[in-house]
Amino acid sequence: MNADLAIQVSGLNKHFGDRHAVRDLSLQVRRGEIFGFLGPNGSGKTTTIRMLCGLLLPDTGSGACLGYDILRESAGIKRRVGYMTQKFSYWDDLTVRENLDFAARMYGIPRRREVVDRALEGLGLTNRSRQLTGALSGGWKQRLALAASLLHDPELLLLDEPTAGVDPAARRDFWEELHSLSARGISVLVSTHYMDEAERCHKLAYIASGKLLAQGSAAEIIHAQGLTTWLLRGNDLTGLSRKLQGLPGVLQTVLFGAMLHASGTDGLLLESTLRAITADSCCRMERFETSLEDIFIYMMNRVDTPGTNAP
Amino acid sequence: MRLSDEFSPARWWGMVLKEFLQLRRDRLTFAMIIGIPLAQLALFGFAINTDPKQMPMAIISADGSDITRTIISTMKGSGYFRIVGELPSEEAGRRALAQGEVLFVLTIPAGFTRSLLRGEHPSLLLEADATDPTATGMALASVTQLSHSVSVKDLTGPLAALAGGEPPFRILVHRLYNPEGISSYNIVPGIMGVILTLMMVLMTGLAITRERERGTMENLLAMPVRPLEVMTGKLVPYIAIGMIQSTIIFLAARLIFNVPFTGSVVTMYLAAFLFVIANLTVGMTISSLAQNQLQAMQLTMFYFLPNMLLSGFMFPFHGMPRWAQILGNLLPLTYFNRLIRGIFLKGSTLPLLWPNIWPLLLFTLIMMAIAVKFYRKTLD
Repeated sequence: MNADLAIQVSGLNKHFGDRHAVRDLSLQVRRGEIFGFLGPNGSGKTTTIRMLCGLLLPDTGSGACLGYDILRESAGIKRRVGYMTQKFSYWDDLTVRENLDFAARMYGIPRRREVVDRALEGLGLTNRSRQLTGALSGGWKQRLALAASLLHDPELLLLDEPTAGVDPAARRDFWEELHSLSARGISVLVSTHYMDEAERCHKLAYIASGKLLAQGSAAEIIHAQGLTTWLLRGNDLTGLSRKLQGLPGVLQTVLFGAMLHASGTDGLLLESTLRAITADSCCRMERFETSLEDIFIYMMNRVDTPGTNAP
Repeated sequence: MRLSDEFSPARWWGMVLKEFLQLRRDRLTFAMIIGIPLAQLALFGFAINTDPKQMPMAIISADGSDITRTIISTMKGSGYFRIVGELPSEEAGRRALAQGEVLFVLTIPAGFTRSLLRGEHPSLLLEADATDPTATGMALASVTQLSHSVSVKDLTGPLAALAGGEPPFRILVHRLYNPEGISSYNIVPGIMGVILTLMMVLMTGLAITRERERGTMENLLAMPVRPLEVMTGKLVPYIAIGMIQSTIIFLAARLIFNVPFTGSVVTMYLAAFLFVIANLTVGMTISSLAQNQLQAMQLTMFYFLPNMLLSGFMFPFHGMPRWAQILGNLLPLTYFNRLIRGIFLKGSTLPLLWPNIWPLLLFTLIMMAIAVKFYRKTLD
């Protein structure tokens, strides 16, 4: 067991009835790292996170979280991990303070009152501490959940789509908070659908249909796929996109508003195809650095298994 | 755009189909659609009998003769009495009545036959547990005819002189515990058990399913709190609620319905406490089995119905056929009804109540084991 690793699991498998939700998943997260966990809906992100913190038992596989065996020592993991569920899971019919107080009691935190007061202050919710939690907006609920999961000074945070349904300003604040936590040495595993968030992670993993397709820094992941991408601008990009599909060298076209990304693994073939097409239409083309989004769409389409959208 | 305002059979049919599809997937509701009418039919049609027959009777006999044997067999012949045995003494008879082992004790005094033959019109004593007046009423009414029918049949030959006119012997009937036969004395204490069953099972049944339905269960499971802590922690408030409800019913029984209270208040609270715990374990089990709050409510109803009908609350326990009595003996309310009526009306003390206490304890232990076994520690 490497002491530098907050999470080290290998060969995790989980079935729900006939559905193979997670397949042979192996993952390493270093201490102090913000690790982004990406993948389409129903790809097994939540299942994986739940297995990491002992909420689900893997069918096969082994590993450790903060040095505790995920199969046998889930009690130890629970004490040292902060987990934020995808759906807000604090009690709507308790006040903000009562929720924090309850969490503090569950973790047996000494000098509870002080800790809760400090958390309320940090949240900026001191004035609203007597308000029912159900009355808070989505952004505030998310901040409360984060504060509650940090009460017991966890060494590792597992965040399951923490920013889903939160406005951009609140998302930015949230990520700043994550980076300051990471600077203090707390490891963070965060699942997300947002590419801008993915780019703010130190390391990324991409999972689709329960299979881990790539793992590494953003640059490593982009490089590993060997995609070349061109950017096309002009009129009727939808028509152009349709025309390009199936042409030699074009593996994928993605429309981004007024821009069309065309990608392929054979850079020269792709370029000559594009030049031929753009020559007789009023399009401009330029070389573009393949983005994470292009890569993820590319990987998602290459998974040959049929997509099941159950969570 | 008038068309869209009109009733559209196609749209309507779409709605009907959707309801059927959903109903078919909701297995529990489907089971109830079939199960409840069948269960109700079986209970009302076969099990419930407001004119119960074959009620247990013990005999204290100090005089065994052909004539007393004839009297006993005539009583048996009425169908109301089932002789369960002979008892040695009056005290043994009282204890059997207090514990509810028998509903009647017939005492044949020494020298009864001789006295009868001399034409002294002796008496037999029939003591009845009148806690539930509907159970014993018809049987006692039948007894008054008894001395006449015995005399007509058996007093032949030289004894024929005794026939006709005044009956040759009398039967003294003592209605114990509820001499005036007031049915509210029986019903009101029984209501305590019924209300506790419904409230305790329902409230705890919802307690854990609510967490699961709202998603807060996942949070709870992720915290370092043990299942036993969650379960027992959740139970405490409901125990308090149960004791408050018991107090309300106790006060109402005393002050509004003037039900006599001959037992000890401490014993009553002890019985209520045991019964509350027994029901909370049922609620916990339901909680662990149900997927959502609606299912928890349906399962509660499923559990509540037989309790209501088979426990001797609504209908005399001894009037039910054997299979229904066996079912009734599996339900904690059956025992609690005996306990609470015993404490209210018979002044029963703990040693006397023990035969109805240990089944409650056993039930609680078994249910607790099931609840803990089914409590899901993980989200699997």
